[in-house]
Amino acid sequence: MSLADRYPREVAEILAKYPAEHKRSAVMPLLYLAQRDGGYVTKDAMSDIAQLLDISVTDVGGVVGFYTLYHDKAEGRYRMQVCTDLPCALRGADEFMKSLCENLGVRVGETTADGLITVESVMCLAACDKAPMFQLQSPNDIAYHENMTVDRTIELVETLKRARKEAA
Amino acid sequence: MPHVLLRHRDVPGIDRLDIYKANGGFEGLQKAVTAMKPGELTEMVKNSGLRGRGGAGFPTGTKWSFIDNKNWPHYVVANGDESEPGTFKDREIMESNPFQFLEGVALAAYAVGANTAYVYLRGEFWRIAEALDRKIAEMEAAGCLGAHVCGTDFALKIFTHLGAGAYICGEETAMLESIEGKRGQPRIRPPFPAVQGLYAKPTVVNNVETLANLPPIVTHGADWYKQMGTPDSAGVKVFSLSGRVRKPGNYELPLGATFRELIYEHGGGIQDGRPVRAIMPAGASSSFIVVDDKVLDTPMDYASVRTLGADLGSASVIVIDDTVSLDWVIQKTVHFFAHESCGKCTPCREGTYWMRHLIDRAYSDSGSVADVELLLKVAKQMQNKCLCPLGEFATMAVVTGIERFPQDFKERAVVGD
Repeated sequence: MSLADRYPREVAEILAKYPAEHKRSAVMPLLYLAQRDGGYVTKDAMSDIAQLLDISVTDVGGVVGFYTLYHDKAEGRYRMQVCTDLPCALRGADEFMKSLCENLGVRVGETTADGLITVESVMCLAACDKAPMFQLQSPNDIAYHENMTVDRTIELVETLKRARKEAA
Repeated sequence: MPHVLLRHRDVPGIDRLDIYKANGGFEGLQKAVTAMKPGELTEMVKNSGLRGRGGAGFPTGTKWSFIDNKNWPHYVVANGDESEPGTFKDREIMESNPFQFLEGVALAAYAVGANTAYVYLRGEFWRIAEALDRKIAEMEAAGCLGAHVCGTDFALKIFTHLGAGAYICGEETAMLESIEGKRGQPRIRPPFPAVQGLYAKPTVVNNVETLANLPPIVTHGADWYKQMGTPDSAGVKVFSLSGRVRKPGNYELPLGATFRELIYEHGGGIQDGRPVRAIMPAGASSSFIVVDDKVLDTPMDYASVRTLGADLGSASVIVIDDTVSLDWVIQKTVHFFAHESCGKCTPCREGTYWMRHLIDRAYSDSGSVADVELLLKVAKQMQNKCLCPLGEFATMAVVTGIERFPQDFKERAVVGD
């Protein structure tokens, strides 16, 4: 099933935001829509978007590759993106990251064995006064978690684990 | 003094339309569209002395006046990309005082004759986009947006557009490329956006905080606004204070308040009572200010900060104390810019790449003085050669860090020398 078949209302709403003669503008919101199912953009979805917008698959792929919040392969269900940029690092973000990884048993960039969490180190998230902090990118959301401790983060991970079990 | 921009700190619930309205909301818009010509609005903003709050500090009314009135339609783009390390002010405005910001978007659109405006948000502001979409719908239902703004013939639609994680999209031409569905890479200028912007049509791009200043200016007048701040830098500014202070956060102060006032009165001083060693007044793209008593008493306005060999920029004040070595700081800033370089122009793409390798080696156990010397050389070679300000920004901390704090580089970089 193509993206437009699965999400007809959403696709129409996205296209309506831009002038009809400039529908290429819809590529970014359509890519987010494509990530809604599995957390990444499949090759099929890229073709769907290219067809919808009358652009080449390469054009779509170029956009996916340029921006950090689009992904072209499956990782953990949640991407825990910890800001380790200068202002956060001045408030302990590097130490937070190190301890978090030890607790989760992964290195930066790796996914927990249960496939739930991928830990990533990212650039400034405009939350410099609330470090340590991270955002949790999931297929249809990006949520901020600020003024965090490792203990509270582990609690959050446990909550996410339980929620997944209950959903299954 | 009550807040002008961070009004939610004085008026709880101002993110609700009824409460915003009950507290003077949309009076400025009503006044502008019913009683002022667009040109009069532009003149008023020029007279207020308002300068762009995104970092460049260019006079807002003057920017509007460059719009090409022979080519239509016109667009307004609100720059909510806010990605400079140390900057988190636009986020608070949009989260907590959203209608004042959106009213500002409508005022800018009226001034330049735009019937469509886009609010460009960094992708991480996912939930802000969802909230703004709801606020925009509420404004339409209340007649503040749509086919007849405040019952007039002025029509305006506002749409949000989410970026997806790219600092460069804060640069206005890269932002326009991004809205057009392309990779967010800056355009060669001229032509400037006021002549050829979004979809090659005349476009004004204004920062979120800049726009949030417009409703109070229109309601209370240019003279009222000019009473705040300094002759060179009128009005109020939201200072994002971060780093080694006790109470980091956003503080709205008149331009011209001193560093001391911000750091000690509002920020509670430095953690563990240590001394301030360096200040980055404009986020990661700052030049370092070597701090002494005179510096702390310097007014934070555009002209005064320049006398310290730095720029006020977006007023994202990162405070560094004596526990921090500047070579570590530079490693952070260089990694940031190397990651965010868009790859379009060679000096920035290659320069940030080599700076990253050099600072990593200089900072490692095998580092040498020669690495630091070469790093400085590469940074200087990049200056004045890049397509957009990002490349230049990447060099500021490197050059001023090495030149103004040489001891921080010698101490570490001795092995192998």
